Amino acid sequence: MSRPPTASELDLCLCHSCGLACDMHDEPHQCPRCDAPLHRRKTNSLGRTWAYLLAALAFYVPANVLPVMNTMMLGSGADSTIMSGVLEFWEHGAWDIALIIFIASIAVPGVKFVALSMLLITVQRGSTWAQQQRSKLYRFVELIGYWSMLDVLVVALVAALVKFQSLGDIEPRPGILFFGLVVVFTMLSAMSFDPRMIWDTPPDKELMDDPIQQ
Amino acid sequence: MSTPEQLIICEHCDCVYQKALLAKHQKTVCTRCGGVLQRHNGLTVEQRLALSFTAAVLWLFANFYPVMSISLQGLKNSATLWDSVLALSQGPITFMAMVAAISIIIAPAFQLLLLIWVLGFALTARRSPAFKLCMRWLETLRPWSMLEVCLLGAMVAVFKLAGMLDVLPGIGLLALAVLSLLMIRIAGRDIRDLWDMP
Repeated sequence: MSRPPTASELDLCLCHSCGLACDMHDEPHQCPRCDAPLHRRKTNSLGRTWAYLLAALAFYVPANVLPVMNTMMLGSGADSTIMSGVLEFWEHGAWDIALIIFIASIAVPGVKFVALSMLLITVQRGSTWAQQQRSKLYRFVELIGYWSMLDVLVVALVAALVKFQSLGDIEPRPGILFFGLVVVFTMLSAMSFDPRMIWDTPPDKELMDDPIQQ
Repeated sequence: MSTPEQLIICEHCDCVYQKALLAKHQKTVCTRCGGVLQRHNGLTVEQRLALSFTAAVLWLFANFYPVMSISLQGLKNSATLWDSVLALSQGPITFMAMVAAISIIIAPAFQLLLLIWVLGFALTARRSPAFKLCMRWLETLRPWSMLEVCLLGAMVAVFKLAGMLDVLPGIGLLALAVLSLLMIRIAGRDIRDLWDMP
């Protein structure tokens, strides 16, 4: 199957800010239309993506071990972690809410770690395996990224509401800081990854369908 | 070769295509990687500007009316979006308050101001002052605006508290619901079409 020409073959470059196909004949550093800096590929994409991903992974541990909030009801207080919050809903029969929190807070960051590491490793090996599916996987990771902020916002709202001193009081705990950092760093990691690298395979690995390269 | 304005490059795999004219509900997809290249944009400048003003009013409602209120043995309390940001600002987790403030209050506010600014001038077929800067900021802000997550979060909070005490959703929650849906429609990436205007 023949494929359309790529931007590098036509000496073009996509402007990520306004979407213009920029002519790279005179090696411009800025998009002629919107002045955004132009790069054929995102700068140092692999290194940055790995760095943000590992930072997020490091914060993932305290985010799940440390308590995210403290509930004081009639004098007796209890810390709760993300997982204990999910289990509480589950035990009260609210399996649907438990599932929403579990997916947003535990499954989504987990899927992002696995998916981004897999994308990084396959790109580093110049793999031609399942390129279309890996492209899809990246778009999925970008799409689900920010839903993990859910728990941070729930804790914020609940803590702002329940303020009755000795009768009942809910306070955020440091776990929520680490949890938020996991979300921010995985988002930065996904943004630093350049999906075009999935298709930048060495020419000898490509099926010889490309007359321009001959 | 055609001019660069008529070309479209797939951002996922770098393939180059000619731009196509789309009818309602149509989109074009990259043949190599399956990514969406273009989507039909049904909104005119006037409609988009009107929706932006609607969203701005809803933003005011969502921020100045309580999202929900609770009562426990005669005691009442209510919280706005700003109150929930403040709740995070105490102690060592202040940084998270800043992230929350940006994602649910500041980023949507700036998106709306920029939209009204560029669309207001586009109405008279002109480019606004600092058009390039505004358009680039709209691109930068988009991933950090998380109103729809906030909406789901507010609904989860209602269920979380409903077990312990009486919860009453407020006007803010209703405004937040409509605002988050509107933002998806008006602040998406098809705002880039404004570049094609003379």
